[in-house]
Amino acid sequence: MSGFLRYLRRNPSLGVGIAVFLLLFAFCAIGWMRYDLAKAAYPLAAPANRPPSLQYPLGTDSQGRELYAVMVVGTILTLRIGFTAGLIGLVIGTVLGFVAAYFRGTVDLVIKSLVDILLTIPGLLILVIIASASRTSMNINLLALIIASLAWMGPTRNIRAQVLSLRERPFLQAARLSGMNSVEIIFLELMPNLLPYLAASLVGSVTGGIFASLGLEALGLGAMREPTLGMTIYWVIYYSALIKGMWWWAAAPVVVIVMIFVGLFTIGAGLDELANPRTRRVV
Amino acid sequence: MRLTYVFQRVVLLLAIMWMAASINFVLPRLATGRDPIRERILSESARGGGATNIGMTEMVAEYRKQFGLDEPLPKQYVTYLWNTLRFDLGKSLSNYPKPVMRLISEALPWTLGIVTASTLISFTLGTILGALIAWPRAPRILQYTVPFLLTLSAVPFYILGLILIYFFAFQLKWFPIGGGYPIGTIPAFTLAFFGKLVYHALLPSLSMILASTGGWALGMRGMMVTIQGEDYMNYAEAKGLPDRRIFFGYAIRNALLPQTTGLALSLGHIVAGAGLVEVVFGYPGIGSLLGESITRFDYTTIYGIVFFLIVSLGLVLFILDMLYPLIDPRISYE
Repeated sequence: MSGFLRYLRRNPSLGVGIAVFLLLFAFCAIGWMRYDLAKAAYPLAAPANRPPSLQYPLGTDSQGRELYAVMVVGTILTLRIGFTAGLIGLVIGTVLGFVAAYFRGTVDLVIKSLVDILLTIPGLLILVIIASASRTSMNINLLALIIASLAWMGPTRNIRAQVLSLRERPFLQAARLSGMNSVEIIFLELMPNLLPYLAASLVGSVTGGIFASLGLEALGLGAMREPTLGMTIYWVIYYSALIKGMWWWAAAPVVVIVMIFVGLFTIGAGLDELANPRTRRVV
Repeated sequence: MRLTYVFQRVVLLLAIMWMAASINFVLPRLATGRDPIRERILSESARGGGATNIGMTEMVAEYRKQFGLDEPLPKQYVTYLWNTLRFDLGKSLSNYPKPVMRLISEALPWTLGIVTASTLISFTLGTILGALIAWPRAPRILQYTVPFLLTLSAVPFYILGLILIYFFAFQLKWFPIGGGYPIGTIPAFTLAFFGKLVYHALLPSLSMILASTGGWALGMRGMMVTIQGEDYMNYAEAKGLPDRRIFFGYAIRNALLPQTTGLALSLGHIVAGAGLVEVVFGYPGIGSLLGESITRFDYTTIYGIVFFLIVSLGLVLFILDMLYPLIDPRISYE
């Protein structure tokens, strides 16, 4: 533990990121204990349009949701969407990246060109099509799956590049010469060396997933009944909350979203440093 | 430039167009169990007050014929491809019978205006800032802007937009709260109206500029640091060239290419972000049009906008690719 803390001294951005998430965690934990979340985060739980007060610490919105409770549920749901989408994207991307870089040839060509074409098309636009075709049955898990369907290109490209650079290293030649088969080489030699990259990639794809989910929800393609962060932004725009002077309605999701993104960004920068200490420090 | 390369890029562009059109054709048809025409007629007649089923089957059949939905699927597909190729994206459902393409061309100038202006400004500003941060003889104070700009760059444009609206439009009343021009004025080609346009575009653009400058600065700084170790930099310095010349002619010139590649790669991201900024500001561009179409279940417009944006981004990337040899003579596509 003390060793880890000493490492954080050398890698301050990782420390900042972890601190931000600990703060968010504490915020959620307090709300978890204080509220009946299945009620308070949904409409008609409290009087409408109340500014922050002792009784309603973050105020209430026009439909009578308690914003503190909404933020707790929203943070959890939004992170869940992001992690589900990011994790699925990373798994698909890792498999494809490995297959492409390890076996080369036609497979590599097909995967690489597909990734190149899909990366030039803005993903959010395709997600808009998929989400609007399935919006009547939209829910949290479906949203995560839809986002995951376009979250694998980045990881595929990164992992492919890493495996390509690793496969020519002497230790892999040694492994090959000592008679290990492909499966053993992949799991015993390549994977352990890729772990830091996988971690950094995961942060990247989770960030992308949250970004996409917030965007879709703000456009009105989210699960209408769920109090996620993106849906809160949607209602803020829908009810013109800012023009009515209800700053607290927007302030809560904005602060939480900024914290999530800054936290993920600094953790990502910290993991990059861990994965590749020779690159110059970014933050 | 080799002709084969141009040919390859044209093929890629056509492939993107074909993929975008096919996605638009296939995905909505995968959502089974729903009959959009029947739903539409039902909701219209319910609004009229007399929801009956008399003549419903005939009416649905007639409309299906009109929209060509009674044809076999492969034939529909070919017709669809041919129509989209001519940028005939069908008619809007909520503004029937206005063609989708007309809606898009009405909204396009607005989006084009703020996206081009804010991207150019943030790209130039970020590139210069990044170059200066990495330059040993530049003021040290610039270093302190980095963490601040990076924090901003981690946040989506429209979240920043919400903050700006509250402080600068609602509290301080320095800027209008939304829209593209004052309510009650008629768009005209006069200087006064142009001034109002810029005034209304400032806050949305500012949210994009603030959020994206940091990213450009960071990329440029990385490139400049790499370049400073190069032999030609030492040589230029040893020759006694003036600082300014080394900075602009040697360092920036060479670091610019990856920056432009970065610009090409993040263009889609920028356009998607700009769309959401428009929704937040109620700015009358393509993003707002998309948002409204989603709220009104106007599927032809949604699909039309997505197709149009994908194709135009593909086209911009194609042009940028063709321009690279001009920016960097080392690239010749030989």
